[in-house]
Amino acid sequence: MNTKAIIETDGLGKRYGTTWALHECTLEIPAGHVAALVGPNGAGKTTLLNLAVGLAEPSAGSVSVLGGHPAGSPAALDGIAFVAQDTPLYKNLSVAEMLHLTRNLNRFFDQGQAKARLAELGIPLKRKAGKLSGGQQAQLALTLALARRPRLLVLDEPVAMLDPIARHDFMATVLTATAEDGVSVLLSSHVLAELERVADYLILMSRGRVQVVGEVDDLLASHLVLTGPAAEADRYTERPVVHVSRAEAQAHLLVRATADDPVPPGWEAHPVGLEELALGYLREPVAASVPGPARGRHAEPSEVSR
Amino acid sequence: MTALTLQARPEQDAALRPLPWRRMAWVTWRQHRFALAGVVVVLGGLAVYLWRTGLGIHQAWTFIVTCHPANSSVCGQAAGIFNTQYVPTEVTAGILLTLAPALLGAFVGAPVLARELETGTFRYAWTQGFGRWRWTLGKLVPLAVVVAAAAGILSVLSWWFFAPFFAAKFGTPLAPALFDLRGVAYAAWTLVAVAIGALAGVLIRRVVPAMAATLGVYLGLALLPGLWLRQYYLPAVHTTSNNIPGFAWILDQWYTKGGKFAFQGVQKSGTNASIEQHWCPNAPPSWSLGTCLSHHGYTQWTSYQPVTRFWPFQWIEASWLLVLSALLIAATVWLVRRRAA
Repeated sequence: MNTKAIIETDGLGKRYGTTWALHECTLEIPAGHVAALVGPNGAGKTTLLNLAVGLAEPSAGSVSVLGGHPAGSPAALDGIAFVAQDTPLYKNLSVAEMLHLTRNLNRFFDQGQAKARLAELGIPLKRKAGKLSGGQQAQLALTLALARRPRLLVLDEPVAMLDPIARHDFMATVLTATAEDGVSVLLSSHVLAELERVADYLILMSRGRVQVVGEVDDLLASHLVLTGPAAEADRYTERPVVHVSRAEAQAHLLVRATADDPVPPGWEAHPVGLEELALGYLREPVAASVPGPARGRHAEPSEVSR
Repeated sequence: MTALTLQARPEQDAALRPLPWRRMAWVTWRQHRFALAGVVVVLGGLAVYLWRTGLGIHQAWTFIVTCHPANSSVCGQAAGIFNTQYVPTEVTAGILLTLAPALLGAFVGAPVLARELETGTFRYAWTQGFGRWRWTLGKLVPLAVVVAAAAGILSVLSWWFFAPFFAAKFGTPLAPALFDLRGVAYAAWTLVAVAIGALAGVLIRRVVPAMAATLGVYLGLALLPGLWLRQYYLPAVHTTSNNIPGFAWILDQWYTKGGKFAFQGVQKSGTNASIEQHWCPNAPPSWSLGTCLSHHGYTQWTSYQPVTRFWPFQWIEASWLLVLSALLIAATVWLVRRRAA
């Protein structure tokens, strides 16, 4: 399985000055997924992506990509396309020139596919990149990345600056590409609602550490929401509690349990959604699921009143 | 799906084209053509200035040389006009020629990396298949060479422009302010200016501050060799003769009598009028201070660089500037590889 990992990190850390933007990150993302990297601002998402695409050098540990190539090596650069935050483009170049530029800088570039996709999106080739709308700029950056036929597409907050329609269209393009070309995707986002639809692999991060890693289906199957009287919330100890939220008399517990686990009398069990799961963990930065890199840390239930 | 995704894609691997260096040529041209147009404007404007004023200077100088009889009042007036009218022009041209490499370094060299880092486009450029250190070299080397070559062409014109002033014995070609405005040294200084700009860009990561730093560092560096370094390129010649070869760059002069130093205050070239007045009040105008004092038993010592060393000095200066440029560009590439995000 190791050789099939699209990204594999071992004790990876990045320090800026005295702060660790990313610390002790050990994970392995298998190929063939749309993996979502989720966490609040400053969680270390961009740092992890920069390390994976070779823009930053690790301060500790190692990162390899595409089945064992060092990040930033020629093979890694060939196989990974990166769309950075705010989709940087040369504003004074026309769309056609951006295509020509990207073609010149890469071994492989599917000019026909890129032009067809731009025509479909209604992006004129002669327009300067700087004169395109935010959504069009993001689509152009994505088109340039996909025309390189990468094995891994890395997107850093691709939809953060987009309006809902542009956001939807962008994600649709990503999904089409994964279906047609079999490209693996790693994207970071703090727009949780969007992920439910696209992501089948989840990496939750906070404060420079990885909290939860796993396939979405597995994670959803191993968590439940228990609803019951708020007064009894603290007495539930059968399974690890990730997060407690209270609404008047009722309490909702996000617990690590499967549907087979017993439910205490007076409580009701519900399956959990991806957004609810992610929010639960993000509200408890010290909670970590098992297996996960933050070993030895127990989910300590703490209360967050709402 | 998992197994499929990472398998080789034969149809794509077969279509993988090599990435030759010349692929950067279009990239560099497209992204820096306005900077290169700026080079043409700066150096072209300077060339027009040198050409137009140079024509007048050459005309005036030809008149002085061919003027007969040489000691007539007309010829004397012509020489006087030449001094008052064209020496300021020479000074202006010297200043403009000194500033040009600094401007080229600031406007061509500094933005290459600073703009990418300032606008964030390095995240695009350095994650493409070409690789970032090749990208950096593929931009910097052609730009630096083209700009230096353009400066080299201009230095041919400045050679012609300054010729009458040297013929008129206004100074030695080795003089600190003039030596590096002509010959291969001028092109080499321009090369260094571009390299300084590139390094400042990657260190400062902002266009305008990087340009300002380039101007400051270059002008500071350009001042140093003339004042403290160039005189040591080859061991200076020492002589006790009063007949110093023409156009020599006199570094120091001192006087001895009976094995002891005399006139501690009198140093460097040029006569100290009060001493000459005291020792030789009725000396003919052709006498130098050395001639005067030798009549009183003093020995004049002169340390100088003969003008025949002009080209050896040019090559020495161009060589170390070339090495410095290579080191600066190597440092820039190293920084690009090291500290990107």
